[in-house]
Amino acid sequence: MSLKESMIRGRLRCRSIVSGGISALDHGRLATCPGIPTEARLQEGPVAVIECAEEIPCNPCEMACARGAIRVGHPITNLPVLDTLLCIGCGECIADCPGLAIFVVDASQDARDVVTLPYEMLPVPCPKDVVALVDRRGEIVGSGRVTHVRSSTKTDRTAIITVTVRKGLGMSVRSIDPPGQRCA
Amino acid sequence: MRQLVTEVLVIGAGPAGLSAARSAAGQGADVVLADSNRLSGGQLLKQTHKFFGSTRHGAGMRGMDLARKLTTESEREGVRLLLGVSAVGRFAEGVVLKDGQDRLVLAKAQRYVIAVGASERGIAFPGWTLPGVMTAGAAQTFVNLHRVSIGDHVLVVGSGNVGLLLAYHLRQAGSDVVGIAEARREITGWAVHASKIRRLGIPVFTGVAIEGARGQDRVSEVTFRSSHRRWGGTCRLNVPADAVCLAVGLSPRTQLLQQIGCELAFSAVLGGTVPVHDRCMQTTLPGWYVAGDAAGVEEATVAMEEGQLAGLSAAHGLGYGSSRSYERKKAEILVSLDELRAGPLGGDRKAAKEELCLSRSR
Amino acid sequence: MDSPVGRRILQHPILGSLPEVPVCHIAVDGKWIPAREGEPILAALLAAGVIVVRTTGRYGAPRGLFCGIGHCSDCLVTVDGQRNVPACGTLVRNGMRVETLRSA
Repeated sequence: MSLKESMIRGRLRCRSIVSGGISALDHGRLATCPGIPTEARLQEGPVAVIECAEEIPCNPCEMACARGAIRVGHPITNLPVLDTLLCIGCGECIADCPGLAIFVVDASQDARDVVTLPYEMLPVPCPKDVVALVDRRGEIVGSGRVTHVRSSTKTDRTAIITVTVRKGLGMSVRSIDPPGQRCA
Repeated sequence: MRQLVTEVLVIGAGPAGLSAARSAAGQGADVVLADSNRLSGGQLLKQTHKFFGSTRHGAGMRGMDLARKLTTESEREGVRLLLGVSAVGRFAEGVVLKDGQDRLVLAKAQRYVIAVGASERGIAFPGWTLPGVMTAGAAQTFVNLHRVSIGDHVLVVGSGNVGLLLAYHLRQAGSDVVGIAEARREITGWAVHASKIRRLGIPVFTGVAIEGARGQDRVSEVTFRSSHRRWGGTCRLNVPADAVCLAVGLSPRTQLLQQIGCELAFSAVLGGTVPVHDRCMQTTLPGWYVAGDAAGVEEATVAMEEGQLAGLSAAHGLGYGSSRSYERKKAEILVSLDELRAGPLGGDRKAAKEELCLSRSR
Repeated sequence: MDSPVGRRILQHPILGSLPEVPVCHIAVDGKWIPAREGEPILAALLAAGVIVVRTTGRYGAPRGLFCGIGHCSDCLVTVDGQRNVPACGTLVRNGMRVETLRSA
């Protein structure tokens, strides 16, 4: 029996052994963040999704956008505010967030959603790889195909991965498991 | 005994000490910076993740790169860096230092900055002495600095920022993190760090106590116990693990501070016994300053600002820098420190620091 | 008795490939193990799978890496006949003879 299986069986006795904690910035709590675009804006085309929900002193995202679409101001504990009219979803801000809390989501296409996310594990997948798609709780929600992998001195060893996902999963997928990791 | 004469002696070359040395030297003072480690940078050296704060704190830079940047800047200002050198104590003649060959040096300075940081706490439970049970810092040192794995199935104890980041580092190093055990009912670290590790599928067990660790020559299993109602009554869980990393808090290192005889106070929020100091970072012993985690456990950004302030104040006390320029820079730093302690997460620390400074002026 | 062979982290997403440095050899309880120049004894021990660094005097309880910075005394070894040397803070040297079980 794997550790995960034994833990799950343990759940039969224990109510919930895993903390819901911050845990997870689930969609309800996130919706109130000024860095999260509206449903309508998500349908229009690629746009940044800044999942920053806690007032900590941090503002690199403010300098990251060439179009000035992200504002933090002072004190720097303010939550970043995303101007979704200015934002074109280019993804330049993704690597600048030290907390890996910025994503780009394109929910405008009919057949699929597209998610661009930061990734700092090995192995880094390659374009055309099929990967397992992971949500905020670390649960596998499906599989998708990697279309782009960006890594440069500017991203400072953070890989920026674009992956196509099933329609509707754009606001769920936040990480990947490369081929050969967990079973999809 | 060899002698060393300088104007400002900074003890500890982590973010606080490096910043203090750089700013004092930048004002024109002669500065010596000593650290017992072979490399400067303190805790920054083991941090592979990008740091927070703003551009003035090097936000976005990875810890180890920030360590290098601060060191380069200090050396550029003419700071004399002594590595592998630790402070033995303060005597009537000066501060005695000891180098890597156990040779003693008598250092005479006019101003001193103590930036020795904090040490990790441990918790004891049956089996805690087994090989494989270690502190979070030990795990980070061996994994990130020496590039050796400390275990294949690691349990992290403590869900503060140190524990959350350690879990992330361990996964990057190829270890499986079986989970994070937290005694409180909520994850105690920042949501953003917790999000990163939850996405990796690392479970966080809240409301649990470690009942014990078992193993032959190394730990192989840990038992949790919880009576939290979420668990439906007292419940035990046996978790296989070949390493257990304790990330259960830090306490300021006060040995030198106690020895010099400055006033100390207790602050649970700041990590335990802390030196009373004023807003310029001077302790109750004139000419002796403190900065960074030794003055209260906070963030690296705070350490850098406090260090800068201590260095500026020490140099200004020696006549370097005009009063106008000093007051302006001091004001900037105090505003920045306020910002770093703003928000609901910094409020406790802000209040604790204010209380410390208030007691100083009594 | 000891755990399976330890592991050097050869690839790392941030730190990159393990840099090449000269390799030397140290003897641990009579057995030669490879070590990387500039690393502490304890790193070479862990990489070779030697997890028990000493045993306590009274109960013979196994001890190993705990604090990693020379404060706790759990990693004291005998080096070239000298007792109570902290393995976490002492660098390897080619030909060094380390004894793990007879110290402190």
